[in-house]
Amino acid sequence: MQPLTEMPPIRSSEITPEHVYFSRRRVLRLGMLALGSAALAACVPTTPTAQEAPGMIPRLNKRDEFGDPVNRWEEITNYNNFYEFSTDKEAVARLAQGFQTTPWTITVDGLVRNPKTYDLDDLRKFGEEERIYRLRCVEGWSMVIPWLGFPLHKLLREVEPTAQARYVRFVSAFVPEQMPGTRLLPLYPWPYTEGLRLDEAMHDLTLLVTGVYGRPLPPQNGAPVRLAVPWKYGFKSIKSIVRIELVAEQPATLWNTVAPHEYGFYSNVNPNKPHPRWSQATERRIGELGRRRTLMFNGYAQVAPLYEGMDLMQNY
Amino acid sequence: MRKLFASNGLRALVHLGAWLPLALIIADYARDALTANPIQAILTRTGKASLVLLVLSFACTPLHTLLGWHAVLRVRRALGLYGFGYALLHVATFVVLDYGLDLELIAQVVVEKYYIIAGVAAFGLLLPLALTSTRGWQRRLKQRWRVVHRLVYLAMPLAVLHFMLLVKSLLGHPEPLVWAGVVSILLALRIPIVRRRASQLQHRLRHALRRTAALEPGSVFRS
Repeated sequence: MQPLTEMPPIRSSEITPEHVYFSRRRVLRLGMLALGSAALAACVPTTPTAQEAPGMIPRLNKRDEFGDPVNRWEEITNYNNFYEFSTDKEAVARLAQGFQTTPWTITVDGLVRNPKTYDLDDLRKFGEEERIYRLRCVEGWSMVIPWLGFPLHKLLREVEPTAQARYVRFVSAFVPEQMPGTRLLPLYPWPYTEGLRLDEAMHDLTLLVTGVYGRPLPPQNGAPVRLAVPWKYGFKSIKSIVRIELVAEQPATLWNTVAPHEYGFYSNVNPNKPHPRWSQATERRIGELGRRRTLMFNGYAQVAPLYEGMDLMQNY
Repeated sequence: MRKLFASNGLRALVHLGAWLPLALIIADYARDALTANPIQAILTRTGKASLVLLVLSFACTPLHTLLGWHAVLRVRRALGLYGFGYALLHVATFVVLDYGLDLELIAQVVVEKYYIIAGVAAFGLLLPLALTSTRGWQRRLKQRWRVVHRLVYLAMPLAVLHFMLLVKSLLGHPEPLVWAGVVSILLALRIPIVRRRASQLQHRLRHALRRTAALEPGSVFRS
């Protein structure tokens, strides 16, 4: 993790004006968070960064490969789709605050030679690198996010998928007493599940994420471990993973089960394939006015060979 | 309390209440509290304000015929016009702030997105109603004015359809279904036979209430 003191200098034009920064709501929220985290810190061992008030984190002066700047910490951590907590993107951060992420284990099993259960310490050996990825939500907005993590293939190589393994199934934590959203949405087939084809999961872009913005992952962003599959719509990047299972058949996924004709298994970002009820041709980049044209595979053209010979209008 | 629901109090309430959503949007904008996606927040909030005001306006006639609440007829037009005003803000936000007046892009999404077609249709149907809402037009159009204003029977379901089609999944966002229910009831109450039945029921209830009120207290035991 890069210490903040070694950050490249920030141009004054990129610093949010103070009057905007210290708006009343933020200061209030900050106060409450500071109180809350102080109370938590008294009884739970946490990393030093987890105690810092999130409102104070300055914008990182980093850009994606197209030269677009990363979004602000406030944007990344206060505008979240995480239905286990709430369908209100603005409410997730607050409702997820107390989510217990220690102890945590991820069971990797199914069609593998070395099934294994990892705790968070075990994952450290895979290292941690920063990847600046675009995240394109199926709802039509996007952000640029500096994730910390390691390519999933490092972990998959260790468990050794058998020859029968063709897909990877991911399962999120399901803790109704800590996840008020699941109680409000009893008809959803919880827990949240997602899936990738094995070659997609082995692709170097597919990241197992443990941090963001140089810090540990906050609960609303899918702590302690989530996926980032940047060329697919955001919901494929499953949060708070507890199980990774290698399987032979294409696994059921939550959104594909809820509305199969609207959310396909692949769900690659594709401006030419509209959602049945809305266009996917453009997107609103959070922090910008106006719209951008959405790029095929969200701009990650290097994944195109994965889908050679496939009709992506049929396999959406 | 009684006074509040009589004419003047109700009018004051409507005029104050109708400006409140806009005031709150401006206040939240000023203190940077319009979420990380402010355009979306403005779109959602102007759309919701429009729907609420239009439904309230749409409820005035049945409230009058069924409950005999006369004062609502004097706020019906104001509610409808405020509702249209928020719809206008909603459309302007979409065209100017969201799509930056890029007509090519707008043309593309309007035909591609069903929910926008429903929204545009609802707005297009409300436009003549707003334009002809004055006394002068009422006089000029005579009998035809009523016919023109029946367009609202199409506009209201389309406005709700617009809302239903834009949520990610109705299973997670059931609110549009509630509005669909409310608008269906308000529409049904305009079908002559339903209106007559409801009116009869209401008269009978009122009669029964009056009788029990007259008998009380202790009157039951006197016989």
